[in-house]
Formats: sequence, C-alpha cells, structure tokens
Amino acid sequence: MLTVLTVLTVRWAFLARRLGFYLAAAAAAIGLNFLLPRLMPGDPSSAIVEELERVSGQQVPAETLLSIRAIFGNPHANLAQQFADYLRQLSHGDLGVSVVNFPVPVADLVWQALPWTLLLVGTTTVTAFAIGTLLGVVAGWKAGSRLDAILTPFTTFLSSVPYFWVALLALWVFGFVLGWTPLSGGYDADLPQGFSLAYAGSVLHHGVLPAATIVFSAFGGWLLGMRNMTVTTVREDYVLLAQAKGLSPRRVMFRYAARNAMLPSFTGFAMALGGVVGGALLTEIVFSYPGIGYLLYEALQKRDYPMMQGVFLLITLAVLLANLVADLAYVLLDPRIRARG
Amino acid sequence: MLKSWKVRIGLSILTFFVLLAVFGPVVGGDPRANDIQAISQAPSFQHLFGTTQFGQDVLAQTIAGARGSMLVGILAAVIGTLIAILVGVPAGYFGGAVDNGLNFLTNLFLVMPVLPLILIVAGYVQGTGPFVIALIIGLFGWSGGARTLRAQALSLSSRDFVLAMRMVGEPHRRLIFCEVLPHLTGWISAMFLHGMIGGVMAEAGLAFLGITDSGSISWGTMIQAAQQQSAVLRGLWWWFVPPGLCIALIGTAATLVNFGVDEVSNPKLRMARRSVVVRTRKVAEA
Repeated sequence: MLTVLTVLTVRWAFLARRLGFYLAAAAAAIGLNFLLPRLMPGDPSSAIVEELERVSGQQVPAETLLSIRAIFGNPHANLAQQFADYLRQLSHGDLGVSVVNFPVPVADLVWQALPWTLLLVGTTTVTAFAIGTLLGVVAGWKAGSRLDAILTPFTTFLSSVPYFWVALLALWVFGFVLGWTPLSGGYDADLPQGFSLAYAGSVLHHGVLPAATIVFSAFGGWLLGMRNMTVTTVREDYVLLAQAKGLSPRRVMFRYAARNAMLPSFTGFAMALGGVVGGALLTEIVFSYPGIGYLLYEALQKRDYPMMQGVFLLITLAVLLANLVADLAYVLLDPRIRARG
Repeated sequence: MLKSWKVRIGLSILTFFVLLAVFGPVVGGDPRANDIQAISQAPSFQHLFGTTQFGQDVLAQTIAGARGSMLVGILAAVIGTLIAILVGVPAGYFGGAVDNGLNFLTNLFLVMPVLPLILIVAGYVQGTGPFVIALIIGLFGWSGGARTLRAQALSLSSRDFVLAMRMVGEPHRRLIFCEVLPHLTGWISAMFLHGMIGGVMAEAGLAFLGITDSGSISWGTMIQAAQQQSAVLRGLWWWFVPPGLCIALIGTAATLVNFGVDEVSNPKLRMARRSVVVRTRKVAEA
C-alpha cells in the first residue's frame, strides 16, 4: 500500500513539474510574441495602419485601431499597460486583422487553413512513423542482412537531402514531365466546396503528391533511429531469455525487442504530432497548398505582421501542448520515469 | 578512427567542398556574367551544367554558391557551438540554481518551433545578408548541443580527477578550462560538424523561403531563383538539381563521419555492420 502511494506521489510530482515548465514556456512564447514587434526598429502598428489605409483606401475604424495597437504596441502607452491590453485582446481570441485580406480577422483565416494542414500533415506523419518504425525494427533485428545493407545507407542519404529540393524534383517529374498530378493548390477551384464525391476526389488528387513527398523524406529518420535502438536492444539478456524459452521469432521481435526499443521513437512521434500544425511549411509552399504554412509564407512575403504573429502563436502553443502529452504518455509507458521521479 | 572507410570518405567529401569554397571562385569563372547567346540552355560543352534563364553559367554559380553556403554553415556552427558550451558546461558543472536557470533556458529553446521562429525574426529584421542569417541560425540552434554538454559536464564534474584538483585548491575557472573542457572536445567537434550541416541546410531553407538577401549567391538562393522563375514548370532541371545535390552530398558526408565515429565508440553498432556479419557467419560455418 505504501509503495503504491509513493509511486503515485512521485508520478504526480513529476507531472506537476512538467506542467509548470510548459506553462512557463507558454508564457515565454506569449511574451516573445508581445516583445518582438516592440523590439524591432520603427513602429509596426503605425506601419500597419498606413498599409491598411493604403490597401482599403479608407480610414481605419477606431476599434480596429485599438486592436492593432493592443497587439503591436501603442506608442503613447507604457509597456505594462501595453502588455495588459495585449493579454486582454488575446483572451478574446482576437489576433488582429489581416493587412492583406483586410478586413478579415486573422483568427478566421487561421481556422480556414487549419483543417488542410491537419489532414495533410497529420496523416503523413502517422504513415511515415508507421512505415519507418516497422522497417527499422526489421532492419535492426537482422542487422547486417542484405535488407539492412541496402535500406540503411539509402535512408542515410535521404535524410541529408533538403526536403524542398525533393519536393521540387517530384513536382517536376510527376507534375510536369508525366502530368499525373496537378501542379499546385489543394482542390479543384472549379468545383463547389462541400461534401460531394467529386470535390473529395479532387482534394485527394491534389494531396497525393505532397503527401508522398512528406512520407518519402520523413520515414528515413524514424527508420534510422529505430534500427539503431533495435540493434542495441537485441543483445539484451531478456531478449536472449525470450528466445531461450522458445517463443516464436516474430513474438520476440515485436513484443520483446521492439517494444523496449520504441520508447525514444515514441517521444519523437508525440513531438512530431505537435509539429503537424506548423510542420509542413516547405511542402505547402512548393505545392501552394492552402494550409497554415502557406498562410505564414504569404504573410511573410507581404509583411502582414498581424498574420505572422497569429500563426506563430498558434504553432508554438500546439507544439507545447504536444510535448506535454508526450511527457504524460511517457510516464504511462516507462515505469523507470515513475521510479526516478 | 581513420581506419573506418565511412570516416575517410566523409572527410574527403567535406575537404573537397571546403577547398571548393576557398579556392573555387578563383577558377570557377564569373557567376554573374550573362551570356545572352545562351539562355536557359541544357548542359553542353560550353556550359557543363547548362545556363539559367539569365544566361548565367550554372557551374560557376554552383562553385560560387559553395562559398556562400559554407560560410553561413561554418559561422552558424561557431555561434551555435559557442552558446552551447557557455550554457551547457556551467549548467552541468555547477549544478544547483545555476543549473536550474540554464536548464530551463535550454528546454525552452528545445521545445520552441525553430523554423517559424526564425521566419518571424527574419521577417522583422531588415536586410538579411549572410552574417545576419548565420547569426539567427546559430542563436536558435544551440539547445540540443547544450543538453548533451550539460549531461557530460555533470558526469565529469564528480569524477575523481576533477575532485582531486578541486581539493588541491584550483579555482573553478581553471577546473572548467583545463580539466572538464578537454574531455569534451570529441563531443564539441561532432556538434560543430552537425551544426555546420544544419547551418547549410537551414540557409538553403531560408533562402528558399525568400528570407535571405537574393544578391548573395549560395545554393539556397540558386534554388530559390529557379523556383521564382518557375524552372520546374518549364523543365529547366539543370538549374535546381546541382545545388540540391551538393547539399545532399555534404549532408551525407557528415552523416558518414558521425556513423563511423559511432561505430568506433559503440561496439554493438560495429557488430551490426554487414562486413562483420558476413565474416562472422563464414567463420561460424567453417
């Protein structure tokens, strides 16, 4: 009874510490988002107002002006007052107004783009992890076999190739030379958006190549990590014992070796899920895919500061949340963490 | 260490590119010269790697790009490694409150999404030449190294030889520089190599996103120029293939070196090499 109790308190102490860290990190991210525009030379809020008036050809409404000043700095207020205004603005979910797409709020644009990114990068992250880890176990289990001797050097090379270059090459071969896939976009613009079969088909058709390039360049990393961990695990005593007991090789490979070798990969996977929101920046740019990354890219090119700030905040918070979940899952999976605290 | 073929090949490729970066521009010809007679031409004897749509020689640009990319890579690695040492070593060595503060800083940079962060910062900074880009990459890319160094310094600081010197009355400054740091040189050099490759890749990524000043020539700006002029959609593959291949080669070389070093230091991985496995099997069968 007492030991159970100690384990529980140790676990809670660990979780509480991690939770504290992520809260501090989130505060730092929000603080950074607040300080960055104010640290830079010039006065972003005036620049944004000028740009808005130039784009729209009319005077900026008073409440928009207040919102912009709350987020980007009011030259007439002191820093503490500014920070209070900024937090109040954020707590209403107000990320400001996009300069380029005036007068659409940044939050609306972000919500529009989010499903595209989640769908594309979410599915590909899971697929790449599954393929890479499985192949990694097999390669590491029979280390030095022909499969291992081919897969491992190939993926080593693959992991040193810049991703966007692979994507460009794929776009050139499959989109331009062979003409199998569309050259840009996330859906057929001629079709009405909605839950029709034709529309879903066009989304699939547009998504295949970006998805394939992500899986192609991401599975190698999982494979290498898993392979090296399996090589190390295979020689542990408990694996030898399992084999000596006469268990089937498949059972020993997956239930004994792979399960233990997977812990580091698993943490990486949970973090990669957090990266999903902002992760496919380069993919979305190469394929002009209408997700969060493309939004950030457009904002950057047109110096749409409110959009940059909003997207960055969202990406950072998603990453922090995923890291927290990874920590929680790790406690459940690895008893050693519980014991150590 | 040089006995491993992986280390040898990796180091030769890296040396080749370093030499190319240093001496290349002397022999490579003018990367900015426009040959109006040859616009968007496929590789030929006149222009071995073909020409861009502005009639610039792709080979000359690739050679000039080596200098631009390597410069950013090395600078970023120097900055990143320095910060990693300054944060990681004291954290591990002193422990306590110093460690708590520095470790929090490290963890913070570890979880922050680096690429979007760099994008935002670069978006605010006006004028992004190679030095600014290297500075930004280095400033945001040190956390992984700091964590490794912290763990190593932590274990070193309680070893007998350090404790002995401490009892002799040596100051912390001397203990860190003369006792702890020399034992970390292996880690630090691996970190530097890693940082350099990361810097080259990050520069290419940032250039591709249009962040860097397009006046400077690097492999990244070459690919970006090709993308901007829709080289893909017009089939000018020779424009963007060579710079990407160079980056891939350097990355592979660095990975080979790291693999070789790993196999030397971790016998379990060495046992997993195909040559060793085949040899063992032959011995077992005989």
